[in-house]
Amino acid sequence: MVEHTIHSLGFYLPEIVMVLTLCVIIVADLFIKNRNQLSGIVLLGGLLIAGFMLFLQPAGSESVFYDMVASDPFALYFKAIILLAAFFVVLFSLNSRELQGYLSRIGEYYMLIAGMVFGMLMMVGSANLLMMFLALEITSISSYVLTGFTKRSGRSSEASLKYIIYGAVSSGIMLYGLTLLIGITAATDIYTINAALAQGIDQVLLLNLSILLIIVGFGFKIAVVPFHFWAPDVYEGASFPVVSLLAVASKIAAFGMLIRFFGVSFIDSAGLSADGSWSIINGLHWDLLLGVMAALAMILGNLTALRQDNIKRMLAYSSIAHAGYLLMGVVLLTGEGIATVMMYLFIYLFMNLGAFYVAMLFYNETGVDSIEGYKGFGIRAPLAGVALTIFLVSLTGLPPTAGFIAKLYIFGAAISAGWIWLVAIAGITTVISLFYYIRVVRNMFFYEPKPDQKPIHLNSFTKVVIYTLLIPTLFLGIYFSPLLEAVRDSVSLIGF
Amino acid sequence: MEFQIFGVGILTWIVFIPIVGMLVVLLLPDKSRNAIRWAAVVATGLQVILAGVIFALFDRAKLGINDAESFQFVEKFSWITVEAVPWVGRIEINYFLGIDGLSVLMILLTSLIGFIGVISSWNIDKMVKGYFALYLLLVTGMMGVFVSLDFFLFFIFWEVMLLPMYFLIGLWGGPRREYAAIKFFLYTFVGGILMLLTMLALYFSVAYTDPATGQSVHTFNILHMMDPSNYVEGGLLSGVDTTWRYVAWMALFINFAIKIPLFPFHTWLPDAHVEAPTPISVILAGVLLKLGTYGLLRINFPIFPDATVYFIYFMAVLAMISIIYGAFCAMAQDDFKKLIAYSSISHMGIVVLGIAALNTQGMVGGVLQMFNHGIITAVLFLAVGVLYDRTHKRGLYDFGGIANQMPKYTGLAMIGMFAALGLPGLNGFVSELFSFLGAFEAYKWIAIISVTGIIITAGYILWTIQRVFLGSTPDKLTDLKDLTPREYLMFVPLIILIILLGIYPAPAIELMNSSLSHLVEFVNSGGR
Repeated sequence: MVEHTIHSLGFYLPEIVMVLTLCVIIVADLFIKNRNQLSGIVLLGGLLIAGFMLFLQPAGSESVFYDMVASDPFALYFKAIILLAAFFVVLFSLNSRELQGYLSRIGEYYMLIAGMVFGMLMMVGSANLLMMFLALEITSISSYVLTGFTKRSGRSSEASLKYIIYGAVSSGIMLYGLTLLIGITAATDIYTINAALAQGIDQVLLLNLSILLIIVGFGFKIAVVPFHFWAPDVYEGASFPVVSLLAVASKIAAFGMLIRFFGVSFIDSAGLSADGSWSIINGLHWDLLLGVMAALAMILGNLTALRQDNIKRMLAYSSIAHAGYLLMGVVLLTGEGIATVMMYLFIYLFMNLGAFYVAMLFYNETGVDSIEGYKGFGIRAPLAGVALTIFLVSLTGLPPTAGFIAKLYIFGAAISAGWIWLVAIAGITTVISLFYYIRVVRNMFFYEPKPDQKPIHLNSFTKVVIYTLLIPTLFLGIYFSPLLEAVRDSVSLIGF
Repeated sequence: MEFQIFGVGILTWIVFIPIVGMLVVLLLPDKSRNAIRWAAVVATGLQVILAGVIFALFDRAKLGINDAESFQFVEKFSWITVEAVPWVGRIEINYFLGIDGLSVLMILLTSLIGFIGVISSWNIDKMVKGYFALYLLLVTGMMGVFVSLDFFLFFIFWEVMLLPMYFLIGLWGGPRREYAAIKFFLYTFVGGILMLLTMLALYFSVAYTDPATGQSVHTFNILHMMDPSNYVEGGLLSGVDTTWRYVAWMALFINFAIKIPLFPFHTWLPDAHVEAPTPISVILAGVLLKLGTYGLLRINFPIFPDATVYFIYFMAVLAMISIIYGAFCAMAQDDFKKLIAYSSISHMGIVVLGIAALNTQGMVGGVLQMFNHGIITAVLFLAVGVLYDRTHKRGLYDFGGIANQMPKYTGLAMIGMFAALGLPGLNGFVSELFSFLGAFEAYKWIAIISVTGIIITAGYILWTIQRVFLGSTPDKLTDLKDLTPREYLMFVPLIILIILLGIYPAPAIELMNSSLSHLVEFVNSGGR
């Protein structure tokens, strides 16, 4: 027993590193005063070491901690991109003006980010309902506090409160669904649940109810219609670095957990081909239900984004729409569908973080976050303007940017699986999305700056960050073999 | 046919030289405006030279269209190859360039118009660096579409044109430029999405057998898509005359019809033309519109011969409406640029009518008309630009008696006008004649009705000549200078071509005759 636990620890090094980092930050914060950004640097180091640990981890699939945690290429891939996203977010935090007013408490901020990263790493590896819920709560609670961190701003406190209320309710609903599922199948780990479901379940009604409730919980986490109401308010209220963490890292983790949960528990691994991948549950058409949710997210997300004037709210609705595109891949729940989601998430990381970063820089300089306020920005700061243009064009999905490749593969997977109506909706909504993304571009370049608006100069640190986000966004649009290969090798889940 | 420079194929050079030029432009300092302009001149000038080489070396007898062996200057490299993907086996995208009789004229046109556009951009003073960088990117996109034989590559180049065009209209355009730019962007983006979805459906329906490994591989290769034996069992677009094939044809057709633009998808064009700066109007009418008809011939016709035959009347009728409607609209305009924009719609209708005849005469006429119309409208837009530079006016009633003040300019512009009118001895006559002859053979009544468009055209062109060049000069318009040497440089090559191809069109027809006859045969036999 002890041997197994010790052996298992070898697969848990990144998580351990994050916990240690968290402790170091607390201690450092206690004893070393007036080192304002020190804890941020410590966290950067921690993230780097955690990433290094991922490489040390043995390849291949293994179920560790008595089937509590799965260590497989799928989890590794997700952990790697979560760490990458978190790394960028910490870089953002280091030069965010919003956080400058809270330097005396900045240690807490980085500690919470470390905790949230720890939770997200757990989310994508958990193979047991209890572990899953635990991981989800660690992540959520950290993110509630982070949202309210800039507490002197009224919007921030309001957002935090809204987030907690929505989050607590949906967590409760999800927990209720999980307990029902545990009761029906008499198991807590997803492999046993899969076996129990494969044998057939008598309480069909209860089973369907429990899955509906679980979908509500996941729907909240990935901010998909109709569980998206929290996102715009929270995004608007939270500081830019926190928003980018929520919009990118937390979404990546939620999708990883969603795919593992549905993929492993509900897929009949023996008969994937027969009549669609979701055949194991009788009753509702689950794939159709998720398909409709995806379609609603794309339609409502994109249509509502049209009317936004705040860049954060616009990006919030755009991220709801992107959750819809991503959900298209989950609807298929085939190897191909999952692979396209994984590709999309990796690309989404760069283009969305890029958009948030440039928006943050603009806010740092001017304190403006309304899209109308972007008039003349492209002329005042050409590099930032061109970069934001490329990020937004990539979010639209125009070649030769990476966003096009992401959409190409996810649309392609849906077409090859015969979901023509869903792809048609995705295509139409992509056209709609052009409007609001290009509106920012238009404001940036088609208006002369006012006489009192001076050119904005970027320091070399910000330039480097912009380039590190920009180059992959362009390069992956032209040459994406490495990404395809990485995804191909990472798509295998234990028990799938 | 192989032709390499420093180990790189000539087509790669001709496509990517403007990109090199763009990088040079971006590296030059903002202030050295003339250096930036000269860099653009060199880049597009080199393209013209390369196009000349292609013209000289091109083998007129080879067929092309669906036969990979008889394409010329072919370059084919693996671009994206990922082996052992569990769900499809192999993902493969190729960098596949090649030209045949269908594309070679378009390459000559693109390089020539691209070069002349740079010369006419000389007096653009606002953000010179950004302008030429975007301009050169646009030229690469256009050239790329004409040489791509891989649908993925074709699509990338197609979409690459959107953003530069949006900025070129939106930043350097007239008063309503924002509206015109977004309208252009939106229309073409809708078409792009339709093409994307069709492209994906084709990709999953087509698989060729790799001779080396015996593996069945999905492919974006346009030539493989033309071979019915490559369609997989149960694919969405497999079979002949299925509903999905009709839907796919229609999706592609709408995309290309937006670009042509064919009635009822034409409304973006007048706005874009009126607001765009002169050189961009020249590019737009001279090359961009041809991408639409080229796409029909390269993709719709040979990949979906069954649907093409099924929809051919529909196409011919739309062409007829475009010819007549465009001509009437042109007659009603009092803005010089808008008039030419509507006349473009009318003249592009003739192209579609010609190719919809599905016989060699009509096809040759149609493709020749693409080339001729490119040259003629370029002259007309340049002519408007010259007047606009001097007077800042475009209204037809604002002018009068220009012939007295600028006799040399008037002479050159009138040659362009008469060529647009279809005067025998100038190039427009030849291609329109062939188009209508072909159409008459295929469907008599549509052709007869369409020919009346020529009469209307004669009407509005003569009326325009009368209003602008003849009569008495308004008081405000005195002291207009005649053409400068730079302006001669942009007019003269085009005028020479107009006259030369009017008297002796054989060099152009020889280039494409065998390929187009083969295309006609291929489509009429249902792709076998």
